[in-house]
Amino acid sequence: MTSKKDNNPVGVIGLGSFGTAVANLLARNNEVILYGRNPDQVEVTKETRVSSGQKLNKKIELTSDVEYLSDKCDIIFPVVPSNSFREMMKKISPFLKPYHILIHGTKGFDIIADREEINSEGKYLSRNEVRTMSEVIMEESVVVRIGCLAGPNLAMELAQGKPSATVVASRFNEVIQEGQRLLRSDLFQVYGSSELIGIELTGVLKNIIAIASGALTGLRLGENSRGLLISRGMVEMIYLGKSLGGNTHAFIGLAGIGDLVTTCSSKLSRNFTVGYRLAKGESLKDIINTMEETAEGINTVKVTRSLAKYYKVRAPITEKLYDIMFEGLSPETALQYLMKYPLNVDIDFL
Amino acid sequence: MQKTEQLKGKSYEPILPGPEDWPVVRLSRNRKEFVEEVIQESFQRIKKLRRTPDMLREEIEITMFKERLRVKENPWKVDPDDELLFWSDVKKQLVSSHQNTKKKNKDISDQLLLDIISRYANEIAGNFKPTHYRLARTIVTFGFARLLNAAQLRTFGALFHGNLTLQDKIQIRGETEHIRKLAKIGTIVMVPTHFSNLDSITIGFIIHSLGLPPFIYGAGLNLFNIAIFAYFMNSLGAYKVDRRKKNMIYLETLKMYSNLALQKGCHSLFFPGGTRSRSGKIESRLKLGLLGTALEAQRVNFLKSDGNKPNKIFIVPVVLNYNFVLEAVGLISDYLSEKGQERFYTESDQYASSYKILKFLIQFFARGSDMSASIGRGMDLLGNYVDDEGNSLDNKGKIIQIEDYFKFKGSISENPQREGEYTRMLSEKLVHEFHRLARCSASHLVAFTAFEYFRARYDKLDIYSLLRIPVEELVISYDQFKVAFLDMKKRILMLENKGRIHLADHLKMKDVDTLIEIGVNNVGIFHAKRPLLFNKDRDITTQDLKTLYYYRNRLDGYDLEKR
Repeated sequence: MTSKKDNNPVGVIGLGSFGTAVANLLARNNEVILYGRNPDQVEVTKETRVSSGQKLNKKIELTSDVEYLSDKCDIIFPVVPSNSFREMMKKISPFLKPYHILIHGTKGFDIIADREEINSEGKYLSRNEVRTMSEVIMEESVVVRIGCLAGPNLAMELAQGKPSATVVASRFNEVIQEGQRLLRSDLFQVYGSSELIGIELTGVLKNIIAIASGALTGLRLGENSRGLLISRGMVEMIYLGKSLGGNTHAFIGLAGIGDLVTTCSSKLSRNFTVGYRLAKGESLKDIINTMEETAEGINTVKVTRSLAKYYKVRAPITEKLYDIMFEGLSPETALQYLMKYPLNVDIDFL
Repeated sequence: MQKTEQLKGKSYEPILPGPEDWPVVRLSRNRKEFVEEVIQESFQRIKKLRRTPDMLREEIEITMFKERLRVKENPWKVDPDDELLFWSDVKKQLVSSHQNTKKKNKDISDQLLLDIISRYANEIAGNFKPTHYRLARTIVTFGFARLLNAAQLRTFGALFHGNLTLQDKIQIRGETEHIRKLAKIGTIVMVPTHFSNLDSITIGFIIHSLGLPPFIYGAGLNLFNIAIFAYFMNSLGAYKVDRRKKNMIYLETLKMYSNLALQKGCHSLFFPGGTRSRSGKIESRLKLGLLGTALEAQRVNFLKSDGNKPNKIFIVPVVLNYNFVLEAVGLISDYLSEKGQERFYTESDQYASSYKILKFLIQFFARGSDMSASIGRGMDLLGNYVDDEGNSLDNKGKIIQIEDYFKFKGSISENPQREGEYTRMLSEKLVHEFHRLARCSASHLVAFTAFEYFRARYDKLDIYSLLRIPVEELVISYDQFKVAFLDMKKRILMLENKGRIHLADHLKMKDVDTLIEIGVNNVGIFHAKRPLLFNKDRDITTQDLKTLYYYRNRLDGYDLEKR
């Protein structure tokens, strides 16, 4: 291990708000190469040194050359929306080698099925058609040392230098250790976990509950109801997560409960905003059209509802949210349904 | 690369001319030096794993305790006579060293460790002799051929109503030429599924038929209890694995043996399931210990290559397909009792004498049950397929440098956690390959159909209650069975189209009645109680649902039962 190698720049893929925030976090300790797929946007950003409203650390170099990125960096953090993740992997894959380490920060599902049909009777999705991002990386490249980032990490707060923490999950200790070494700072604590799939799932599923929480706020239902939502939402996430191959432990840690509480309480969260605006009577179409960045939760609700049907998992919150978003059910009626939902046991999985 | 290469009518030239070129012969010629190397390397390894003298001493104490217990409670015929003496002596030395100085104690621990390892290594080491190999090989091939001929003469036309030739005999299918090429340029690790004690002989026969030099493999020490097996296995390059010895010093020595043999280019055979499949299912969870040694040997080969082309290790999965497994009745009972925890799990070795084995062999071949072996494509240690030149390919066909998998920050590094994870990944790939390579025949499909039919009929019962239903009740009218069978056949054809399983050629046959007959007449045919048969009304029934369950399990794991 040469010291020169230790000083290799670290790669980040994605100029979105979280990608930029991760690049800035990494730049506290390291040289960083930040990749954007759109050359024009990269050129502009080079001039302004501002990406997604965040000022870029001077140790960040910008590029739109994916080969350059792969050659220079052994460790790369892909942070792009789930619906373009596979495409991004296809683009970079020819340049990736088995020595590369990829730690992604994307909280959504990839599906390998006809997107229009995923909620039609008899054609529900099973785990065979749904991939987490680490699984996409495995399928599309030769990289095996894969990790993910998850935790209460609102990009805006990270940019403002407020204290926070994250979980680096990987089956490989060396990936966790590298993630910790690269990211840790006085204001940023980094925990490790070996539950890669569980941590990915918790990050994805919590977005559903975040939308529901936004809707509660939009309906002015108060904080008792949020406590109810968060705890029941947690239970729902665990049931769903288990049926998809996650471990309960992953859900009750920083990436699970920690992230859930944060996104359910903050207007900075995109998914929360979606729910809020739905409750205020806006149509989903209008909301999507006017949002700057993808709210992963919308697609996640669709996919997860289908999965829940397939595996016959009780997921009342997801189901009702789906009805509101895609079937035109009013939030008030959905709420009534949920309040009458027969549940007799609080916790039965620990 | 030919997809379906058959053995029948084709014999392969040996890829290496004479025994003097075989790696295993080179190894056995230098047996003494090799064992010494195993001892020294194991010693270093264990010292590294138990860094302080106290830790080492504790490990020795634990080993001594476990071994004395084993000698007392579970002795075998093959065990040497001086075992108790040896371990008593270890105990004496440990106890007497109590008042010694630290330095002296350390020396005693080191010496004890060396003694123990040395004892283990000498026990493990195989005793390969080329002359014996040739003799055993002749017996096996001659015997197999004779028996096959006899079988063919006697049952030709009868078993399959004359409509089919006996094409489904003992066949070697799959990537045979590919494997021969790989064996010339690297080291092969063959990993077969394991259903029967006969597997090692079958595999030995296959290896020889393919013209490959002998492989070394770990065989259960219990098999050496049986004289005829002991002879064959010693001759065919077996080293001994004792499942009773679960202490760390033994396991490390065993792994080092395999590791070093691989580094020296000895083709090896691992049964990755560890033991015979008790349930009849294709292995879904593999033992990682020996597979891990292949990974480690590969990394060492890269480290030691010094710019030369490093010796590459190739994993070759093999699936053995039987219509009949000798031990089925005992195995499934073991499985059920172990799973149901009804009683303490005891191993039943019903066929534990040379006479019985021989009698069975004659019966087996004379009465002509067919079997086949499906040879898979070679893979590297990460489960990537390799081409005929041994290059690893990614799923888009691009060549991968696999030493990159062992690199961290630019150089190859040793990282047991990483390699453990790689081994787990490899085992997942292997399980996948096993299911894909498996060759489903009519007998498997009728067993599966019939059992699932009963399961659906008694859907309120759990598996244990189901298995206790009196057999008189277990009758399926032929017409209903035919409907269910056709449905199942349709589904397995879909699986084949997706490349998830292979089907025996006869399953493509249009005449379903004949197909069902072939199936019923072949599934577990030599059991005293038949798992499936026709009753006098030509309806389908069983004499032993448990055994039917065993044969049904062959198609477990494909979700065929799910609607």
